[in-house]
Amino acid sequence: MAENASGVEIRLENVSKHYPGSREPAVADVTLTIPAGKIVILVGPSGCGKTTTMRMINRLIEPSSGTITIGGEDNLKLNGDELRRGIGYAIQQAGLFPHFTVAQNIAVVPGLLGWDRRRIDARVEEMMDLVGLDPAEFRGRYPRQLSGGQQQRVGVARALAADPPVLLMDEPFGAVDPITRGNLQDELLRLQAELRKTIVFVTHDFDEAVKLGDKIAVLGDRSAILQYDTPEAILANPADDTVAGFVGAGASLKQLTLLRVRDVDYHDNALTAVSEQESPAELRGRMTEAGRTYALVLDARRRPLRWVHVRDLSTATSLRNVGRPVGDSVSTQSTLQDALEAILVEGGNAVVTGAHGEYVGTIDITTVTDTIQQLRETGNAS
Amino acid sequence: MTLFEYVADRWDRLSLQALLHVSEVVQATVIAAVVGVLIGVAVYRSPVGSAVATALASTILTIPSFALLGLLIPVFGLGATPTVIALVLYALLPITRNTIVGLAGVDPGVADAAKGIGMSRAAVLTRVELRLAWPAILAGMRVATQMLMGIAVIAAYAKGPGLGGEVFLGLVRAGSANATNQALAGTLGVVILALLLEGVYFLIARFTVSRGIRG
Repeated sequence: MAENASGVEIRLENVSKHYPGSREPAVADVTLTIPAGKIVILVGPSGCGKTTTMRMINRLIEPSSGTITIGGEDNLKLNGDELRRGIGYAIQQAGLFPHFTVAQNIAVVPGLLGWDRRRIDARVEEMMDLVGLDPAEFRGRYPRQLSGGQQQRVGVARALAADPPVLLMDEPFGAVDPITRGNLQDELLRLQAELRKTIVFVTHDFDEAVKLGDKIAVLGDRSAILQYDTPEAILANPADDTVAGFVGAGASLKQLTLLRVRDVDYHDNALTAVSEQESPAELRGRMTEAGRTYALVLDARRRPLRWVHVRDLSTATSLRNVGRPVGDSVSTQSTLQDALEAILVEGGNAVVTGAHGEYVGTIDITTVTDTIQQLRETGNAS
Repeated sequence: MTLFEYVADRWDRLSLQALLHVSEVVQATVIAAVVGVLIGVAVYRSPVGSAVATALASTILTIPSFALLGLLIPVFGLGATPTVIALVLYALLPITRNTIVGLAGVDPGVADAAKGIGMSRAAVLTRVELRLAWPAILAGMRVATQMLMGIAVIAAYAKGPGLGGEVFLGLVRAGSANATNQALAGTLGVVILALLLEGVYFLIARFTVSRGIRG
């Protein structure tokens, strides 16, 4: 994936920030490599220095010592303003200019970079499409005429307008309602799948970190890195009690949101019968032979229809109406959380379907618990 | 002679004085706006600086205009110079204070975003902060102008130009022919001019304040 990334690597080496007049440094000796094209989340309690750390990357705060390189270039090489024009920046409540229209807001950085009028107009249109705002309707509006979620979209569009390789986001979705926040997060992931920027994202919400991060850096006091790993690894095996406390209750449940059904060993040995082709008697014969009490009836295109018990079959004349309809099923794309929900609703086995809704297997509670168990063990071993 | 006949008869002189009156007030406001905004920009980031600048400007305002003119005459002589200086000094308070309040009221997140996306310090100030503080600054200028319309009348004492001369002469000659008409013509003239300027300010606000921040 990294080869088609438009982002570049960011390296922080022994970076500290010491404010004059305070005894303790705000950020002490941070060394961190942010891989190209990935979303790295800086997460930690309020006042831990995560925002300060991020702001040193675009030099809104000048580091006291240490070096920061962006794509191999020292960030002290350019003057601060020029550096910042090449780095996307999005903050909480968007920070939109209230006296500028949506289009003018998005056009600021291309304007600072001296693009010509035509190119800017085209780019503004492109960016608005990208973040899902109809240019015809929204380009002339002012920020106060937008909802919180729309403002945030404009904020992201403005940050991306000059196509910077790196995007810094400081709790960008902190001030919107939970539903809108979920939508914005989904959209960021969709954008990122397309753009592959290097994104540094600051939040204090661990769930948000798990959802968005390719890697998460859990920060403690003075931005000390307590753990820097993938969300899966941090959930499975928190480095210490502080991290565990921050991960919070329900780490295993959170893990379920990260895993997809296709990633686990679900069963594909259920006894199946296509309703059009087999008589109840034939199926009953096969079931007795295999020692099974349940079978799954499929339609002509192998989509799951009904579960039948062996004793239903003695009186049935056709497989068409016999047994209990399949309620909730999951696809191979579903998360294990969805699968668990379906298992609970179905009361044992949930049917797994493929890309066209066809039967590919079943999943039950032991599959889920085994998977979690396995993750814990590999986590502890490493 | 009625007031209307008086005004019609002396129209040439009255209209000239009215023009001079407006002209000195507008000039003083513009000079005070330039100075006041510069002071405001210089101090708004420092709470101490803001407090000192506001206190100094307030102190000036407490000096009676009559006394201030009296103090300026020995230094600058009679005529337009002491008048304009006094008017500028009085206009400083509302403009400086509103500039400071307006700039301090800019959402820190907006200023941070402006810097964060690569605007220079000067650009942040001229393209964002002053633009957002402009309605407040304009309101300060409006208050200043209204105040100066009245103070400029007193300036006739220093032989300054304007309708003040009519008012003073009328009052001095109280009892003689047309004295009341003369004082009234001057006073009403000031009122009418003040209302006209108010309208001008409304139009300026209409055309210079972004629709995104208009109240």
